[in-house]
Amino acid sequence: MIKKLLSATAMVLALGAAPALADLKVGSIVELSGPGAAAGTNFRDGVKMGFEEINAEGGILKEPVSVIEYDSQTDPQVSRAMVQKAIDDEVYAIMGTVFSSSTVVNMIVAKQYGIPQFTGSEAPSITAKGNPYIFRTAFGSQKGVPKMVKYMVEKMGVKKVGVAWANTEFGKGGHQAFIDEAAKAGLEIVVDVPSEQAQADFSADVLKLKNSGADAFFVYYTEEESARFLREARKQGIEKPLIGETTLIGHKVIELAGDAANGAMGHVGLTPDADVPALKDMVERFKTKFKYTPDHNAIKGYTAAWTLKYVTEMVGSPDSKAIAEKMHGLTLKAAEYPGVLMDVSWDETGEMSRESFFVKVENGKQVVEAILPPN
Amino acid sequence: MAELLQILISGLAAGSIYALAAVGFTLLWQASQTINFAQGEFVMLPAFFVLIGMTMLGLPMWTSVILALVLSLLILGVAFKRLIVEPMLPHGTLPLVIATIALGLLMKESVKEFYGATAQPFPAIFPQDVYHIAGASVSVQDIGNLVVSMLAIGGLQLFLSRTRTGRCMQASAQNPAVAEILGVNVKRMVLYTFLINATLATIASVLISPIYLAKFSNGETLGLVAFIAAIVGGFNQIRGALVGGLLIGVIDNLSAVYISAQYRSAMPLILLIVIILLRPQGLLGTPEGRTV
Repeated sequence: MIKKLLSATAMVLALGAAPALADLKVGSIVELSGPGAAAGTNFRDGVKMGFEEINAEGGILKEPVSVIEYDSQTDPQVSRAMVQKAIDDEVYAIMGTVFSSSTVVNMIVAKQYGIPQFTGSEAPSITAKGNPYIFRTAFGSQKGVPKMVKYMVEKMGVKKVGVAWANTEFGKGGHQAFIDEAAKAGLEIVVDVPSEQAQADFSADVLKLKNSGADAFFVYYTEEESARFLREARKQGIEKPLIGETTLIGHKVIELAGDAANGAMGHVGLTPDADVPALKDMVERFKTKFKYTPDHNAIKGYTAAWTLKYVTEMVGSPDSKAIAEKMHGLTLKAAEYPGVLMDVSWDETGEMSRESFFVKVENGKQVVEAILPPN
Repeated sequence: MAELLQILISGLAAGSIYALAAVGFTLLWQASQTINFAQGEFVMLPAFFVLIGMTMLGLPMWTSVILALVLSLLILGVAFKRLIVEPMLPHGTLPLVIATIALGLLMKESVKEFYGATAQPFPAIFPQDVYHIAGASVSVQDIGNLVVSMLAIGGLQLFLSRTRTGRCMQASAQNPAVAEILGVNVKRMVLYTFLINATLATIASVLISPIYLAKFSNGETLGLVAFIAAIVGGFNQIRGALVGGLLIGVIDNLSAVYISAQYRSAMPLILLIVIILLRPQGLLGTPEGRTV
């Protein structure tokens, strides 16, 4: 009886293990809970859809891809442990994390093991640390902010500006990039208001901004904080433009803030409302599959999956180190590599360049006001 | 002046909601020596009952609020008392405290599992109009929150002091043995206290969720602030909890504007330390005896 049980168990284990060994494994490590859950869930679903489509087309190097998901809980230490776990699970590339506070911590582990990591983070420090294994899926705020500041000065005529930002790794990066660019552009900072991570009550912050005499406000928070901020700003009747970089005008923010989001504007690296046919198609497929409108994070995850496929096939094997080397200085044209949706390039630091958009929220939708060239 | 007025209005509006949760703390302590560390989650949960009513059952908002109140009375009132407090209380206060911490974790994780980890939009119960008074922007939402909270706490005070049932509840809290000898059904009075706490939590939840958004982790901050408010005001007085809640709401906003936004969350804790050092019974608390 015991022998029968043992042999049956061995057979089940063997059957269960065999397909997993044949697959290429990719780790998806994102914020599925905690303050980053809105961004992380979008990124995760983008990655998921990307690899499902890749598998439907025959996988990578004709091998099916298994995506193993891990929840970083928006906690840098947990994210570090999850990256280690993914590497122990023998993944050959990592997707995520989205929150910069986590990525700056966990990318050290991926670097030690030579595993390429496609992050959704936008803090400038991430590509400034000489890590040859980190690659952006949307450019850092140090590239987005100059485009936005230029637009604010030249097109909107802003001279005095107030700054509201989250005092986290993500917020500090965007804040510093904005302060530097504002100084170069001759913008006067009349008020500078940091807030805590996951802050719920923004009444004092909004009051300080409102009484500052600024022409416009640069607002740099995560999605949920942005929504709470916009609701409070609406409540206190702020009428000057609220301008953000990527998150403030994101779809999750629009959903959470409701009417309070109308009028908010900002720069986005990616938007499902852009007049780019490949992007529109991807958004429609995503909506059908997940029953919600994706934001830029979902597009980042989706393009990261396809980028990994193209580069792995260029290299000819799932060789993590060779893939990282190939990524540096690489340009992928959307005409030849449709999964990247728009032409994109990576430099020697893993930073990326791509066209981007200045949008305004009207009637609960992003409306593209201008297309900004790559820088 | 306009700025100060604005801070006071925003602070009082937020503080009045903290006060609702803080009053619940004091009520449960008075009636059954329960320090409920799941109080923040008690405020978080009813918002999700409302959302379930609206999105899954397709009910109108106010019907969903009533549904949430009924479910809260059953789960946060009756079930909490019967399944957690009554079995744990004979083992002393500390095991009960640990049980409520575990309950809070269970509620938080269950909501995350069932409804998701991301914040959910929650409908505002008041119009989103803003009026400008003496240079300050006064929203109907802030005034509405303040008025509803004050009415709830004022109504509770009247109920406890002017009705026979209220006085029986006070007697049960002060001396359950004597109250029982005098014919008061002490068990029922304690149950009423739990039901009142569930009602206050539901009101607080419906008022605060349009601002905080409905999220599984909302209870973390709310629970801590309400606990501090109850201690600062006086753990054995309802009006103490009210004052503590309002004070923390105003101090939080004042410190964020005039001292430092980065250290605002430290201010209630500093206040707590100062109160414990200078007046351990709280601002309006009494050193001995208990009244509901």
